[in-house]
Amino acid sequence: MLLRHTTAKEIDRKALTINPAKTCQPIGAMYAALGFHGCLPHSHGSQGCCAYHRSALSRHFREPIMAGTSSFSEGSSVFGGQANLVQAIDTMFTVYNPEVIAVHTTCLSETIGDDMLAIISKADEDGCIPKGKSVIYCNTPSYVGTHVTGYSNMVTSFVKNFATATPKKRNVINLVAGWMEPSDMAEIKRLAKVMEARTLMFPDMTGVLDAPLDGHYKMYPKGGTTLEEMKLSGDSKFTIGLGPMTTEAACIQMDNKCKVKFEVIDIPIGFKATDRFLMSLSRHANVPIPEELSDERGQLIDLISDSARHLYGKRVALWGDPDTLVPLTEFLVSMDMKPVYIVSGTASKYFDEKMPVILKDIPEAKFMCGERADMFRMHQWIKQEGVDLLIGNTYGKYIARDEDTPFVRFGFPIADRPGHNYFPKTGYKGAANLLTQMVDAMLDKFDRVCDEEKVEFQM
Amino acid sequence: MANLIEDLKLDEFKEEVLKAYPKKVARKRAKSIVVNDPDAIPVIQANVRTIPGIITQRGCTYAGCKGVVLGPTRDIVNLTHGPIGCGFYSWLTRRNQTRPATADAPNYMTYCFSTDMQDSNIVFGGEEKLKQAIREAHELFHPKGIAIFSTCPVGLIGDDVHRVARHMKEEFPDCNIFGFSCEGYRGVSQSAGHHIANNGLYKNLIGRNDNYKRKYKYAVNVLGEYNIGGDAFVIEELFDKIGVDLIATMSGNSTLEQFESAHTADFSLVMCHRSINYVAEMLETSFGIPWAKANFIGAEATAKTLRKVGEYFGDQELIDRIEKVIEEEMVPVKAAAEKARKKTEGKTAMLFVGGSRAHHYQELFSELGMETLTAGYEFGHRDDYEGRRVIPTIQVDADSRNIEEITVHPDPTRFKPRKTEEELKQLKEAFDIEFNEYKGLMHDMKKGTLAIDDLSHYEMEKLIEMYKPDIFCAGVKEKYVVQKMGIPLKQLHNYDSGGPYAGFAGAANFYRDIEMISCSTIFKQMKAPWEREEYVEAEYVFN
Repeated sequence: MLLRHTTAKEIDRKALTINPAKTCQPIGAMYAALGFHGCLPHSHGSQGCCAYHRSALSRHFREPIMAGTSSFSEGSSVFGGQANLVQAIDTMFTVYNPEVIAVHTTCLSETIGDDMLAIISKADEDGCIPKGKSVIYCNTPSYVGTHVTGYSNMVTSFVKNFATATPKKRNVINLVAGWMEPSDMAEIKRLAKVMEARTLMFPDMTGVLDAPLDGHYKMYPKGGTTLEEMKLSGDSKFTIGLGPMTTEAACIQMDNKCKVKFEVIDIPIGFKATDRFLMSLSRHANVPIPEELSDERGQLIDLISDSARHLYGKRVALWGDPDTLVPLTEFLVSMDMKPVYIVSGTASKYFDEKMPVILKDIPEAKFMCGERADMFRMHQWIKQEGVDLLIGNTYGKYIARDEDTPFVRFGFPIADRPGHNYFPKTGYKGAANLLTQMVDAMLDKFDRVCDEEKVEFQM
Repeated sequence: MANLIEDLKLDEFKEEVLKAYPKKVARKRAKSIVVNDPDAIPVIQANVRTIPGIITQRGCTYAGCKGVVLGPTRDIVNLTHGPIGCGFYSWLTRRNQTRPATADAPNYMTYCFSTDMQDSNIVFGGEEKLKQAIREAHELFHPKGIAIFSTCPVGLIGDDVHRVARHMKEEFPDCNIFGFSCEGYRGVSQSAGHHIANNGLYKNLIGRNDNYKRKYKYAVNVLGEYNIGGDAFVIEELFDKIGVDLIATMSGNSTLEQFESAHTADFSLVMCHRSINYVAEMLETSFGIPWAKANFIGAEATAKTLRKVGEYFGDQELIDRIEKVIEEEMVPVKAAAEKARKKTEGKTAMLFVGGSRAHHYQELFSELGMETLTAGYEFGHRDDYEGRRVIPTIQVDADSRNIEEITVHPDPTRFKPRKTEEELKQLKEAFDIEFNEYKGLMHDMKKGTLAIDDLSHYEMEKLIEMYKPDIFCAGVKEKYVVQKMGIPLKQLHNYDSGGPYAGFAGAANFYRDIEMISCSTIFKQMKAPWEREEYVEAEYVFN
């Protein structure tokens, strides 16, 4: 057994986290920054932070992940990181020529209390920031919140630094993308295009973290929201935030700064959340939802009804981030499945409020978020009573093997399978993709373990 | 082949690459880029601070201590004291394989343990939370050992992990609890973490078990082998074949007991000199166990290392067994090499990894008839490049000075020189065994090749642009960058889920993998037919 020390017996843990369902703020900030064209993320802390984040993101996307580090030494930890960051800014603009450097802090620079605004001003006074280029920052202490918080903070910082309101309003809807894959963003943009709604998405990892292999390495790939677009976002007529934990702060910032009203809805995972997204976009962009999308929805409903027998009452354990878990849980319930165990290391009011409502007819469901809502705890629940399906990041494969339970990979990181940045899980098409993977996983196991006479040619 | 290196004009690289840097940066980087001459090895700048913003391969002290050295030991609960990230990123990401002896023998390597510090712990101190976390780990798992690893904020807020460890050891006398001050900012790279880990191994584990029961007459340790992709398994099997006990591998596929009995061995073989030479020296000073540099990467290197073991013990029966094993093992290896060479002969490689791999893997490439054009370490020191002879001349800077140096004395009862000075001298002269010696990477690289320390992203791009190697070896952060340029990258940290590459079986495995890379046709498809030069688009005449 790979997790041979995990037993059904829970103890009341107050301090020890085992097998976390979360990671720290800075990686979220780095990921978010990659969704802006010409941006070089920078980690203000020890070298290890940057190396770890780049490695984790590289393993997940199998794409180049570039970022700088302030390479703190013991001296900078005592005297502050000003000299390091000023030199880093000079080196990066000279050698790597980004449009913008997006700095995030770490537990180290936060604990010593580096004043980021003062350091960046110093770099500017020293002439290290070329004309027309920018350095922005956000605070991402690793001991507050999680990777989700870091993502939110960096997106908010881009709004704060670039979104500008002019008297000339544009008939455009801002779409603030929560933490999802480039494929998910591409699908959302496609839906908007089919509706002929004019939208502006940020951050936008399409064309960045799904870049083609053509023999030329581009430090700043074609994709990403441009800074020009970010400036214009202040003139949009409305903002839709997709995923409260990762986008609400940015929406509020946009409203405060540029008086663009907003609505925050779920990431469109599953048909109900997709319905709500399309209706929201239709209402605010003042465009009808075309028949083409009704048909896509109908196809998904058809697929679910064809598979209903294999879904009904199936017990599912899932782990990940509130923004994806909430609509995912709703999707499972809407297919008459039973999401019985749900954990997220990210403390979230959104999770705490939504889950009891979504799960009201599944009294056996256990769900928890925040400190020590970890995969060890979820595995202990599974030991108490098993499940039919696991949905979550790669760390689930150890549970899947030990418990011989079908497993669908969803979330971050997925380090052991390709394709997640190419095939969406959002929209009706994404839901169909997800549904197919779930049914495949469960039937593959059935076909492997059932009695020979039960092996069926048909579904 | 010599011509190839001359023709490429590698010496032009330095001037070209430095142009892009700010002046001060260029001056500093200039000292870390040198043209090699094995007959008059030049000085290279290494183990110095990375220039902020340059985009380095390097990681931190915590990564070197927890991730590299202590990570591969399966029956210890490795508890990260800090915010969640550090524990999370070092959770199962290094492919250290392990094989517990029985189905219920302890193995915590699949778990991640963290105190998950919150802001209140930063403000009010995290020692109480750490104590409670240890209590909970003890209650849940009853492990033989718990190691505490400090992350950056721990040192800054003044949590004393060593005091907590002592305190908790009193509470749980059946559990060996010890801490490491391996905060990420302590050194210039992972290397500081190796040193801190080595000190901890010596202080807390080595020498605690005098009752190791040998299966064979002779016994050795293999130090600096981390069982990536199963390398240590291959080495274990080889020692079993030649009939020599392998007491401790540090630290691939290891248990606490192996560390505790390491001092009973007769000889230490050092694979990764950088990460573990400190323990090798301590074992010699304290217990009288000589050490020599060894290498199990490459079939010829493996044979040479095994022969050294035979010569060291000077036992004809052992020497005969070793020769027999080499003879048998070489048959499939030679066949695999011959097959692979048809595809690999004359190709070129660049290697930028670790503290020993950039050296060791040149053996395998040379067995494939491939030429290494440039190489360098991510966290090596000057001695890893130029050889240990330069150690007395290395200036100890502030970054090295703040790493604890422990003074080791001969053990009052157990110090027993395994060989006399005279015997060691004779062995050295007769068989070229590198006792207390490592000749370094530059000694084995050809004249005119380049050694570059702590390669930056820009330098990497430039190397590829100027010299277009057939294969580039580095890690995951570099992999997808290099491959976007149409050059295959072989990861030598984690082997791209391949391996083992050590020993004879591993060499054959490596030949096959490099042959596969050389034969992979997908990079030829980077251009669409309509983008290729030979594709002429027809035009209507009336347009």
